[in-house]
Amino acid sequence: MPLNRAYVGRRLPPTPAYLVGREKIREFATAIGAGDPAYHDPDAARALGHPDVVAPPTFPVVPAGAASRQLRDDPELGLDYSRVVHGDQRFVYTRPVVAGDELVCEVTVAEITERAGHEFLTTRVDVSTMAGEPVVTVWNKLVVRGGA
Amino acid sequence: MRVGDQLPVRTFRVTRADLVRYAGASGDFNPIHWSERTARSVGLPGVIAHGMLTMALAGRALTSWAGAADAVLDFGVRFTRPVPVPDDDMGAEVEISAVVTGVSDGQAELDLTASCQGQKVLGQARAVVRTG
Repeated sequence: MPLNRAYVGRRLPPTPAYLVGREKIREFATAIGAGDPAYHDPDAARALGHPDVVAPPTFPVVPAGAASRQLRDDPELGLDYSRVVHGDQRFVYTRPVVAGDELVCEVTVAEITERAGHEFLTTRVDVSTMAGEPVVTVWNKLVVRGGA
Repeated sequence: MRVGDQLPVRTFRVTRADLVRYAGASGDFNPIHWSERTARSVGLPGVIAHGMLTMALAGRALTSWAGAADAVLDFGVRFTRPVPVPDDDMGAEVEISAVVTGVSDGQAELDLTASCQGQKVLGQARAVVRTG
C-alpha cells in the first residue's frame, strides 16, 4: 500500500514535553562510548557555559524518534514498518541539548517521493523548549522498500 | 583547521553487546539489531548495527576533531550500506575520517567518510563544527 500523499505538508500537534534527564544523557553517552566530561560531569559542562550536562550530537533522535512514532502508528498514512530502512538523518542545531531541557517536538511531513520502486518519507521535527526557544531541527528520511 | 586538511582517522569497534546497550539507551528496539533470525528473515546477512549508532560514532569523531563536546552545529548523513556485527568478541570495526572543505567565522565544514571492511557505510556525510 503506497504512502498517503495527502500527508505531505501535514504538521502534527506538538508533543507533551520531554524532560531531558542527566542520567539519560549519561546513559546515552555511555552507550556510544563517549566519555567526554561535558556529557557526564555537570561541573565540566558548566565550564563550557552550559547549565548542566550536554547531550551528544545525535541524542535528539531519542525525543524526535518518539514523536515520529505518531506517524508510524497512524494507519491512515500507510507506513509498513517491516519494509522500512533508515535513509538519511540530519541535525541542525540552534544550541546543544542540556539536562533539564523540557523539549516539545513538532513533526511535519516534509516530502513523500518515489524512485525505482521505493518510496521515501521525509519528516522534519522542530525541537524547541516549552518557552518556545528553538533548539534543534531533526530531519529524517525513511525508505519504504518496494513501497511504490 | 584549514581547507584541505585530512583529519586523523578514528577507529571504533562495535560488538553485539554495544548494540544491546544502544537499543536500550536510544529506545530503538528493532529486532534486526539483536535477532539473527529476524535480520535474516528480511534478507540481511545477519544482525546489523543501528544506523544511528554509526552516526553517533561519527559524532564522536567530530567532537574529538573539533576539541569540544558541544561543537557540532550541523550534521547530516545518508546510510548507504549496513554494518554487519558478527556474534563474537571482536564485532565490527568502523573507520571514520574527514577532510576540511570550508572554514569561516570560527566554523569548519567537513566531509566525512565512514567505512567498514573497506566499504563505505555513510554517504553525503557532512558537518559544520565550531572551531573557535
